[in-house]
Amino acid sequence: MANVVCDGKAVAVERGQRLLDALTGAGVRVPSSCRAGACQTCLVKATRGAAPAAAQVGLKEGLRLQGYFLACLAEPAEDLEITVDGGELSVPARIDRVDRIGVDVVRVRVLPERCFPHRGGQWMTLIRDDGLARPYSIASVPESPDGIGPLEIHVRVVRGGRMSGWLSAGEASGTAVQLRGPAGDCFYTPRDLGQPLLLAGTGTGLAPLWAITRDALRAGHTGPIEIWHGARTADGFYLVDELRALSRRAPQVVYRRCALEGGGDGEVSVGRLDQFLLARGAAAGGRAFLCGDPTFVASLKRGLFLAGLPLRDIHADAFVSAPPPG
Amino acid sequence: MSTLYEQLGGAAAVDKAVDIFYRKMLSDARVSQYFEDVDMDRQAAKQKAFLTMVLGGPNHYTGRDMRTAHAHLVKRGLTDLHVDAVIENLGTTLKELGATDDQISQVAAVANSVRSDVLGR
Repeated sequence: MANVVCDGKAVAVERGQRLLDALTGAGVRVPSSCRAGACQTCLVKATRGAAPAAAQVGLKEGLRLQGYFLACLAEPAEDLEITVDGGELSVPARIDRVDRIGVDVVRVRVLPERCFPHRGGQWMTLIRDDGLARPYSIASVPESPDGIGPLEIHVRVVRGGRMSGWLSAGEASGTAVQLRGPAGDCFYTPRDLGQPLLLAGTGTGLAPLWAITRDALRAGHTGPIEIWHGARTADGFYLVDELRALSRRAPQVVYRRCALEGGGDGEVSVGRLDQFLLARGAAAGGRAFLCGDPTFVASLKRGLFLAGLPLRDIHADAFVSAPPPG
Repeated sequence: MSTLYEQLGGAAAVDKAVDIFYRKMLSDARVSQYFEDVDMDRQAAKQKAFLTMVLGGPNHYTGRDMRTAHAHLVKRGLTDLHVDAVIENLGTTLKELGATDDQISQVAAVANSVRSDVLGR
């Protein structure tokens, strides 16, 4: 058993128990979402004692050196003092507007009130004033390097989802929130401008792809850019007109859709998007950006790698959902 | 005398070797089961450390690391047959990168030197 003092409150962590469970069980409010080490929402900071190294996996070096770690992964073996106040990592922001852009998708425009340097395609954590927090990919490309100015996220409206329900209900505009992050390396870097890019995403995995595409075009990328959007049924596609318009403006952009169910027509293929892309023998050259459902992302990442794409040229962002409330 | 690590081209060559080696491991029915549900980027980083070590490059690998890192796999039935498969894939990888049979034998000897640690003996 380890004794953890969290912002002055003593919490006993049993052997084999996760710190996040111990903290929430003791009534400490810790923002969390995926509870699986992916979204980085449950960052806590060791103020005395060593942060458990195994719970620092995937964190930026700066965060690791400051003693941050993920409460959902930590099984502390030694006594620790920690703080859950991530205030020094957060930037105040305001929800500017919310628009429905798909059957179950809203676009949320957020205005950071301070510098928030980010790249389109990275993800950030949106924190409501009651501490409810969820990670979202950034669908917009910053106008300036300091990241001031509106940024956009695509939010899938989940049945019973606390954050998405609130955002889509129409009352959220004007609300003060906090942004934390950004994180992740699923973004465009300007090199090999003639290289083919394969962008494939399911659901709101389209959000980072939408940003990456525009970022690449703005950087003067000249190689072919193929965007594949996967959804369960044809209802799940959104931004269709915008993507069609983009591919007319920039002829190197090819936009295709793939639905799991339903009859195909000339424009929509039918099947599992990962299997579909692997079966057609994707080109071994270039870079790939894969976002959305974790099974889809893992399968396509492995398949493209086995087909010859170097691992460092495969950028992937698996969307790990928050466990349903209950 | 320079190490095989240097002769093959240092860190850049190891990056290339990891991609080839990792593909072989994923496609090898003898060992691929141990790579299911594994974060590919973290796995590649570990393989890079391993390849750097067996090629004589700058590394901080110790027998204890190998022992701890593989303990959970030993529980899942890791045996000499799996270590043999790793060394075989290592050899074919190096062959593709232009190593001689002599050099491959030397690397295999280094890899063999941690066999007991890997298998927790």
